[in-house]
Amino acid sequence: MSELREIQVSEITAAVREMSIKVNHFLSEDMKQCLYEAKTTEQSPVGQSVLGQLQENLQVAEEEMIPICQDTGMAVVFLSIGQDVHLIGGDLTEAVNEGVRQGYTEGYLRKSVVKDPLLRENTGDNTPAIIHTQIVPGDRVTITLAPKGFGSENMSRIFMLKPAEGIDGVKRVVLEAVKDAGPNACPPMVVGVGIGGDFEKAACLAKQALTRKAGSHSPLPHIATLETELLQKINDLGIGPGGLGGTVTAFAVQIETYPTHIAGLPVAVNICCHVNRHIENEI
Amino acid sequence: MNTMSSISISLPCTKEDIKQLKCGDTVSLTGTCFVARDAAHKRLKETLDRGEPLPIELKDAAVYYMGPSPAREGHAIGSAGPTTATRMDAYTPELLDLGLRVMIGKGKRSKEVKEAMKRNGAVYFAAVGGAGALLSKCIKHSEIVCYEDLGAEALRRIEIENFPAIVVIDAEGNDLYETAAREWRRG
Repeated sequence: MSELREIQVSEITAAVREMSIKVNHFLSEDMKQCLYEAKTTEQSPVGQSVLGQLQENLQVAEEEMIPICQDTGMAVVFLSIGQDVHLIGGDLTEAVNEGVRQGYTEGYLRKSVVKDPLLRENTGDNTPAIIHTQIVPGDRVTITLAPKGFGSENMSRIFMLKPAEGIDGVKRVVLEAVKDAGPNACPPMVVGVGIGGDFEKAACLAKQALTRKAGSHSPLPHIATLETELLQKINDLGIGPGGLGGTVTAFAVQIETYPTHIAGLPVAVNICCHVNRHIENEI
Repeated sequence: MNTMSSISISLPCTKEDIKQLKCGDTVSLTGTCFVARDAAHKRLKETLDRGEPLPIELKDAAVYYMGPSPAREGHAIGSAGPTTATRMDAYTPELLDLGLRVMIGKGKRSKEVKEAMKRNGAVYFAAVGGAGALLSKCIKHSEIVCYEDLGAEALRRIEIENFPAIVVIDAEGNDLYETAAREWRRG
């Protein structure tokens, strides 16, 4: 029988605090690379100008510690907890929320969360986080933080397709979601797609797809081909940077799949703006 | 900041000042504007519904749809890019009829907003969404006018200088989001 590894939840608080501040000021290298490549391929002069402003924006954000975007998001946290880990010293959920609270308050990040969706009183500290927990083999805890802005979140969609609609149906609804999103989602976007599972599994897959290294492909050959084809079709829509017309509407299409029911073909499209923030830390 | 030649516009401005602007024109904005987003719009609407006076003068006013992050010491404001204007569409025609002249944001506008813009002679500018750090450099002063309890959604008055934007919907109702995407569409 393997020994349990003890981890103080305060370590998780400290990690989430630090990650919140870092991820909102420093865009990850994979996303910077996407922006750099877009600048070389975009054909529209207006689109070029938008991409130029976005590059300049990243520089100002880093140098002056001003968040890349004022919408510093709702903190989405994926926790992969090794089954040989024993978390001690407090409540895990509260530990994550305390990290968000400290990071967003001390890091001058915007508090964008309301306590009740209808009464809409701001919680004042950007808590609670959206926490997805998964138990995995091993004795490590992996934390992925992906603050999600709602300009693009609002344009995300879920479709419960019929099996008969197949791959053509998937293509149709992804394009429909992106077309409807247009300028509202702050293109160039990253398009996260979840195919399969059930209603909520598809949505979680789409969100998780956004935390992949931007531009990386699915290991499944038919899905990787679909990613490439959809990216081409999305960029052919002409929406362009800022929605002002151009050849780069999306940096990447990233698809995750899961087995599903004989009667269904769920497809979730989670759109992220060009500030696709994701950071990982292992304890 | 913007390499394309741009038209200088002073805010606030009149119907005459914006009449010649066409969708696609690049502009540089300097002057005073209000900052309001969802929750502040809701309160303005409730004030109007009660028949009470608004806390701001709407005639020829400019509004920037934005909710900043907190300012660090020595800064006028935190990150300050545009939010999606579409969410304010439900409140906008009434404000346009009361004299609102300029809107700065990003994202599509409704048919009702476009009609009210044509009726009153108003313009809608887009700033680059997600360029909040860069755009904050063009904001020289910021103060809360009211609704401080709304936090990032408080109603503010700001002074901007050489703020880069583009005309998305002009006073004739032409919409760059529609024409530009059509122009660049392939296949």
